[in-house]
Amino acid sequence: MRVLAIPGSLRNDSYNAKLLYNSVELFPEDVVLDLWGGLKDVPPYDEDDDGVDAPAAVTELRDVIARADAVLIATPEYNSSIPGQLKNAFDWVSRPIATNPMRNKPVAVIGASTSAFGGVWAQAELRKVLAALGARVLEVELAVPHAHERFDERGRLTDGNFVEQLTEVVDSVVLAVEERAARLEVTA
Amino acid sequence: MTTTATETPIAPAGTWQLDAVHSQVGFEIAYLSGTFKGQFREFDGKLVADGDEATLEGTVQVASVDVKDENLSAHLQSPDFFDAEQHPALRFTATDISLDGENVNVRGELTIKGATQPTEVTGTVAAPLTDAYGRERIGLTLATTIDRTAFGVDWNIALPTGEPSLADDVTINAELYFVKAA
Repeated sequence: MRVLAIPGSLRNDSYNAKLLYNSVELFPEDVVLDLWGGLKDVPPYDEDDDGVDAPAAVTELRDVIARADAVLIATPEYNSSIPGQLKNAFDWVSRPIATNPMRNKPVAVIGASTSAFGGVWAQAELRKVLAALGARVLEVELAVPHAHERFDERGRLTDGNFVEQLTEVVDSVVLAVEERAARLEVTA
Repeated sequence: MTTTATETPIAPAGTWQLDAVHSQVGFEIAYLSGTFKGQFREFDGKLVADGDEATLEGTVQVASVDVKDENLSAHLQSPDFFDAEQHPALRFTATDISLDGENVNVRGELTIKGATQPTEVTGTVAAPLTDAYGRERIGLTLATTIDRTAFGVDWNIALPTGEPSLADDVTINAELYFVKAA
């Protein structure tokens, strides 16, 4: 099983990247977790630039999503919504909508924010966007508020409650992939 | 499949297979400023009549949903709507069929997106005839209006007024040609 993890923040010391790092040891050993670090290289969406000669970062993102059995996204919240660069990346991924690699793909959205609410609005809007792409958006939530106080110097979550919630998210992702695989096997 | 007595036979005894080429299964739903219509291209059905008893069953392939835009078709097949991957077929199984003249009333169970609800379908039945190739035929024209949200098909998007863009009630229409099995 291969899970693609995408942090929605670009900065080096990103809380959302840390949140994803914390999930590594929670996945079963046979799960490969790919952390995608190419978000900053995705250019602004322009239909004129799409097609067979799509920008390399876009092609890479489409390919890593296609190869993944599930996607786990940790997003910050900018001005009560999805960070522009993350939304922009999924605008690229969405084209063409009928065959985009997110279709039917299990995806979980989590996030950390320095605000008091943990980025719940950005997460809700990202779930809406992913559903519009045809993804199988999992009904799990993890919003880590006051993110600047939640990680130790090694980047580990300091609050056991969040570790527990992250474990539930991870378990849901694994279960969704297993259930989908079983379903497709029956259909085939 | 369930079998129930009918006072008047809906069809001469026998197994009647759906002639899918000439049949149609479609839907209508209020959307924005009008009524949006679509159809399914692949479906199958069977009517079994045995004196007072009759059964009607049919399946519709969600992936065959036919609308004018492939992107809309993709959206209808996604988990937002029918979730074709997880629930590839819609299913109707009649549990009670009654006839009053040419008017037919069918009470059965409709399954959409894995949710099964009792559903009443009404319409008319065309009297049996023999076609130019010697095959016995009957026709059923059926319709029902359901609340799609009862089946978990609850996508919507709000208008600026806050009202939903898409209605909950959807009418399913079926024009069914049956041919008696030899």
